[in-house]
Amino acid sequence: MQLTVWTYEGPPHVGAMRVATGMKGLHYVLHAPQGDTYADLLFTMIERRDHRPPVTYTTFQARDLGKDTAELFQKAARDAYARYTPEAMIVGASCTAELIQDDPAGLAETMGLPCPVIALELPSYSRKENWGASETFYQIVRQLADKERRPAPREGRRPRANLLGPTALGFRHRDDVVEITRLLAALGIDVHVTAPMGSRPTDIVTMGEANFNVLLYPEIGLEAARWLEKTFGQKCTKTVPIGMAATRRFVAEVAEIAGVAVPEDLDAGRMSWWSRSIDSTYLTGKRVFIFGDATHAVAAARIARDELGFEVVGLGCYNREFAREIRDMAKELGVEPLITDDYLEVEEAIAAATPELVLGTQMERHIAKRLRLPCAVISAPVHVQDFPARYSPQMGFEGAQVIFDTWVHPLVMGLEEHLLTMFREDFEFSDAAGPSHLGHGGGHGAVALAEVPEADVAVLEAKPEGWLPDAERELNKIPFFVRGKARRNTERFAAEHGIKAITVETLYEAKAHYAR
Amino acid sequence: MSVAALPLPESRPVLRERGQREVFCGLTGIVWLHRKIQDAFFLVVGSRTCAHLLQSAAGVMVFAEPRFATAIIEERDLAGLADANEELDKVVNRLLLRRPEIRQLFLVGSCPSEVIKIDLKRAAERMNAIHAPRVRVLNYSGSGIETTFTQGEDACLAALVPEMPADDAEQLLIVGALPDVVEDQFLRLFAELGIANVKVLPARRSTHLPGVGKGTRFLLAQPFLGDTGQALEGRGARHLPALFPFGAEGTTAWLEAAATAFGVDPMHFRSVVAPGRERAKRAIARQAEVLRGKSIFFMPDSQLEVPLARFLHDELGMELVEVGTPYLHKSHLAAELKALPADVQLSEGQDVDLQLDRVRAARPDLTVCGLGLANPLEQEGLATKWAIELVFTPVHGFDQAGDLAELFARPLVRRDRLVL
Repeated sequence: MQLTVWTYEGPPHVGAMRVATGMKGLHYVLHAPQGDTYADLLFTMIERRDHRPPVTYTTFQARDLGKDTAELFQKAARDAYARYTPEAMIVGASCTAELIQDDPAGLAETMGLPCPVIALELPSYSRKENWGASETFYQIVRQLADKERRPAPREGRRPRANLLGPTALGFRHRDDVVEITRLLAALGIDVHVTAPMGSRPTDIVTMGEANFNVLLYPEIGLEAARWLEKTFGQKCTKTVPIGMAATRRFVAEVAEIAGVAVPEDLDAGRMSWWSRSIDSTYLTGKRVFIFGDATHAVAAARIARDELGFEVVGLGCYNREFAREIRDMAKELGVEPLITDDYLEVEEAIAAATPELVLGTQMERHIAKRLRLPCAVISAPVHVQDFPARYSPQMGFEGAQVIFDTWVHPLVMGLEEHLLTMFREDFEFSDAAGPSHLGHGGGHGAVALAEVPEADVAVLEAKPEGWLPDAERELNKIPFFVRGKARRNTERFAAEHGIKAITVETLYEAKAHYAR
Repeated sequence: MSVAALPLPESRPVLRERGQREVFCGLTGIVWLHRKIQDAFFLVVGSRTCAHLLQSAAGVMVFAEPRFATAIIEERDLAGLADANEELDKVVNRLLLRRPEIRQLFLVGSCPSEVIKIDLKRAAERMNAIHAPRVRVLNYSGSGIETTFTQGEDACLAALVPEMPADDAEQLLIVGALPDVVEDQFLRLFAELGIANVKVLPARRSTHLPGVGKGTRFLLAQPFLGDTGQALEGRGARHLPALFPFGAEGTTAWLEAAATAFGVDPMHFRSVVAPGRERAKRAIARQAEVLRGKSIFFMPDSQLEVPLARFLHDELGMELVEVGTPYLHKSHLAAELKALPADVQLSEGQDVDLQLDRVRAARPDLTVCGLGLANPLEQEGLATKWAIELVFTPVHGFDQAGDLAELFARPLVRRDRLVL
């Protein structure tokens, strides 16, 4: 058993729901107890969908256990078909139904429903949401795609690609699909089928007609992409186009696979100028901690290092299936990779890394809030505010612009940072005020201080005996956002050099020692 | 699915349906119970689904070091039960080490733990032997196969009843978790009425568990406390039947049931309740301008539906199309049912697709339903009021009557206001 307060991923059947809800003309019959319908509200509330997810739950109760549940399942499947007449159905069990050993696959098979029925085996006690989505999509493609279909001859027409991986409840999937579709169009490439999100079972049947595949989200689409490559010989892109450089690599890769030329006037947007402009100089070397799903975390690490000039001080992901990508990137960065789905471990790692910016999920946002660190969201799981009304992709050149704005926004602005240093005794620029664009005026600092948990207060108050009053005063002149680091460095320096009494000299000795 | 007409005592037909239910399971009760019992921790023994549900239902609260968590059953726990018990002990030890301030630990059963028959009662006894007297360990079921939404609170409180010390002194017990502000209002009113010995279940701290015995008479503050009521009666306490304290009339009747039982002079009763009652009526009158004559459809959710429908019909002039409830406790709701108009369609249980067909056919002015249905119905042009808010918001008593009415008026006011 695993003690869990917070979970980065839901159970695998929620992954299957994400696939079903993203598609049209597909219905999911889920053998599940009363109460599992809670998952509907992820789609109707967080993603703000205006239709119920296409899921029928058998809703068995204690009194049904025993002989009744199998019958219940068949009735639910029959009723669901009669009401929704889907082009295809997926059937499976949730965690509790997995234990009672009705066999949804076998039960559905004997019913002779007049549409393809795809049975799902989703082991709830060993796998999670992303795996569930990946497996569901793979099974749908494997069982529905017509193996006889092949692309039409190329003469006189543009090459065609399938977009693989977007689902319901995906972080920015809606706008990423739009952005990449536009980008491909600019290269002279048409999108054949986007799946799972946006497709119907009848579209899946034709997937073999595309010339190649574009894999947007490996967590969800990789298995299906591999099968399509094996079955139809469709090549698949390896680069996920998040960031300027990645998008350029993606463009080159796609052009190569499709056999098209990259247009000279391809509009790459404003991001690279924004980052080179002198106002961004102060971003150089900002310490950033990155956590999320592996795909978004690796992409974020590259952007942070190469395109914004940050220093990546921590990198991790919660989905073990893609841990290798994280390990490789962490090695390249010279940091310890963090592969965990325990948010307490993430919190410890962030506190230890003392970053100036945290990039993560909804959870890291709350950790950052507690530690009073700036933060931006780069990956699911996310709350309702990260399913925005406005256009906000992460992918492509527009995505790079969105990312620049999103990540820089929570940081103290450059000029403000200087003012805070120069006028630190000024009442309007007091340390506690924090970034002017995030706080609530003068009261913000005081409120935030009051919210610091007791344990932290104890740490702040436990002044090491070594600090002489002058040194302590000098320390307090250092802006609040680097003061903790200066204190730790000085104390470490003092300890290493056997210095008992920390003077102003020691403080600056340590500063010089650790300056790189 | 199967539909049968079941006569009530006064032969009112109830539509009973079985089929897909769009409801929460009893685990959800943890979200408000842990706010109420301040030194209790709720440990669900369940699957990742259970943890995910709590996280979704608790929303942003999850991050403030909550006093609930899930011991997620993994594949190796399914291999053998002895192993599962050892694992559970380990989890609890780790938890109590991390949270030394906890005095009451609830092991909460889920669908998976019940289907594989992990004996949480025995586990609780075993842990009590280890952790008593510092921590008391109890168990109850919040599983979806046994409980619907607010029934989780019923199961939790029923588990507390055997722990209440025996006490035959005359006392009034208010049963059901209420927001502190509401609880304090009621305690002030009972004090003014001259009822001296008033206790609440659950108490804010587990060390303040009230006594129970022959002298105890209890008022239910919530309609979903069937098992708790029965357990209290088993300890010799007597139930005071009454309307539930929603609105000016409901609150008056509820207070009066206690006043009568404790021999409060009727003149004194009227003088004590008059100011609150008048305030409530004034506050309600403003919302009645919006709600009068509007039709309302309740889908099943919390068992609050019947008393709320009575309030909206009697005090705000709304027309009731259908009042659905997950479970109809006929004796606890006897007074409420009598107060409902004779022609109201009552339904117990649910087949959600069939019920939605009825909603669409009736096109009510307002539909009370869960969050999984609200936006889809809005998209179909039907105004909705999401039901969970009625459990999380202070709505009982005189001084919340206006707020309660406003919860129903706001969606309609908003529709009038928006120009889109």
